[in-house]
Amino acid sequence: MSGKDYTEMWKGLGLNLENHAGLLGVLSKTYKDIYLNQKNRPRAMDYFDFVISEVHGLRIEEILNAKKTGRKVVGAFCVYVPEEIVLAADGVCRCGCAGAEVGSDQAEKFIPRNTCALIKAFMGFKLSGLCPYVESTDLIVGETTCDGKKKAYESLNDITGKVYVMEIPHMKTAEDRKLWLSEVKRFRDRMEELSGKKITVEALKKAAGVVNAKRKALQRLSRLRAAAPAPISGLDALLVNQVSFYDDPLRFTEMTNRLCDELEERVARKNGMAEKGAPRILISGSPMAIPNWKLHAIVEGSGAVAVGEESCIGERNHRDLLDESFSSMDEAMDKLASRYLGIDCACFTPNNERFDNIKTLTKSLKADGVIHYALQFCTPYMMEAYRAEKAVAGTPFLRIETDYSMEDFGQLQTRVEAFLEQIKG
Amino acid sequence: MVVGADLGSRTIKVAAVEGGRLVDFKIAESGYDPHLQSLKMMKGYHPSRIIATGYGRHLAKRHFADDVITEIKAHALGARHFFPHCRTIVDVGGQDTKVIALDERGKVLNFQMNDKCAAGTGRFLEIMSASLGYALSEFGFEALKGKDDIRISSMCTVFAESEVISLKNHGTPKADIAKAVHISVIERMLAMLVRIGYGDAVVFTGGVAKNPAAVNLLQKRIDVEILVPEPPDIAGALGAALYGETETVKAPAGCTD
Repeated sequence: MSGKDYTEMWKGLGLNLENHAGLLGVLSKTYKDIYLNQKNRPRAMDYFDFVISEVHGLRIEEILNAKKTGRKVVGAFCVYVPEEIVLAADGVCRCGCAGAEVGSDQAEKFIPRNTCALIKAFMGFKLSGLCPYVESTDLIVGETTCDGKKKAYESLNDITGKVYVMEIPHMKTAEDRKLWLSEVKRFRDRMEELSGKKITVEALKKAAGVVNAKRKALQRLSRLRAAAPAPISGLDALLVNQVSFYDDPLRFTEMTNRLCDELEERVARKNGMAEKGAPRILISGSPMAIPNWKLHAIVEGSGAVAVGEESCIGERNHRDLLDESFSSMDEAMDKLASRYLGIDCACFTPNNERFDNIKTLTKSLKADGVIHYALQFCTPYMMEAYRAEKAVAGTPFLRIETDYSMEDFGQLQTRVEAFLEQIKG
Repeated sequence: MVVGADLGSRTIKVAAVEGGRLVDFKIAESGYDPHLQSLKMMKGYHPSRIIATGYGRHLAKRHFADDVITEIKAHALGARHFFPHCRTIVDVGGQDTKVIALDERGKVLNFQMNDKCAAGTGRFLEIMSASLGYALSEFGFEALKGKDDIRISSMCTVFAESEVISLKNHGTPKADIAKAVHISVIERMLAMLVRIGYGDAVVFTGGVAKNPAAVNLLQKRIDVEILVPEPPDIAGALGAALYGETETVKAPAGCTD
């Protein structure tokens, strides 16, 4: 995909070179078909195109260079893992590969066939030697959000020996909060041990500034999408959100703000990405890890525009800032625990905040319809779809269950088009 | 004349209308090149407009159709042509089952469609009839002769087929298994109907509505009248044609929708 030859680096990480070349070839073609064929894209998307072209290249090289200077690399698959703690220990934090149907046959040696596509993918990527992120990590931080992940991490640890699991409570009582606070502290201690560096209040303050700045840039992007006509496609905005989990946070923030500057000009000139009158769709539900662009491609290919993602790769990741007004370690841990326990993941019961957030977003983004997206076998989101529909009663609502494969593309296209016909009346 | 072409997963249906009246229709297997097959079927027609629907609608648009609508909208329009006051439609085609709710003016209010899976579709019945050694055309008639004391419990076509095989090997009479297969399809339809809600009558369209057991068993399980247009499988093509006609009529008046 990129100009530079990274063969030696990939070999050094133990990747399966032949299959990896095949994967990058498919990714490159898909990206061209879905992304580069869009009309009237913001110029500042150039940067994100570049990041994708170097997603297994330059970014990995940067991470390996950081490792050479003694920095530790932490991989995660969930927005509950407190990035501030990783950064405060001078670590590098990013997500592993989990967004494509890869190595399912390998994965099924460890997990059942009817496991959600995201879990199957992170197992498959690892087992088929196709994820340079997992190979370059010093620690993989798992979490107990759902049964599938919880159990898959046991096997992933058997395979890699690098997995550390944080216990996420499933309710939000005072007792749960206590448990979570102790989990945040335990993770801090683990990071100190891993890095050999003491995590100080100052370092946490600095990290909080960096991560909050990233969240603010993403919030700014979200708000700009509320404009009519929408200044950016849902595909592009989704990509920016996906890249936020991989890129260097400082550079990412700068580039996202640069994009937002351009979008502000577009909004002022009423220069929309979609055609006038295109239905505005809020997408809500399971996370869409890179390169899962399937639903957005169908929605926007059918003449609508996705204006928001009520998802971990989206609002759940950046809605809340960390309160930076702490002056002691205890206070810092307390505020971190509060910030992360506020996330409205479907693994919690009750989870009414999520339904309130869907309602608020539907209104603020002026959505004409909501598509609830659940990965097949992602039980928490599949179940919540029913209450989500009730929460926005009166707004057209389409419930979809799918995975990463393309075999239901035609059926989904029919459902989405019929949904848009229903909205247009 | 306006022609509607419904390029379905198993068959292609074309319907020609003039002034809101159905003047001709044809049904044929989809074959390998559905757009060529459609063109062959339309030979002799001189339409002012062609509207495509069905799984192959976008392919049709690339080759000959002026516009496309989805099967959902098409079946809604087609069903209303036969039954002007209907509010609920079940369409069971080759690979999809759809339940459509309309408002009093015929506008689509809501719809349900099966997720990626062939359970409860025409394709499922086709596989099961082959597995039992019936011709598809006799499958429904034979099923009606069966007793209904066994159940196919799996929702998955693949597992349901294993269930059928194990029933066969237990010596269960063929007609009883056939009936159980039909009941499992009806159960799926019913679940979707209950979820979306239904009014005074349900219109049953699509190829599966030609199957007497499907109609009969659905009627037994539901307390409202089941209405089946004749023929039931052209509702989509007809609806597409009618859409094309209203569009042509409306266009000079300045309506762009």
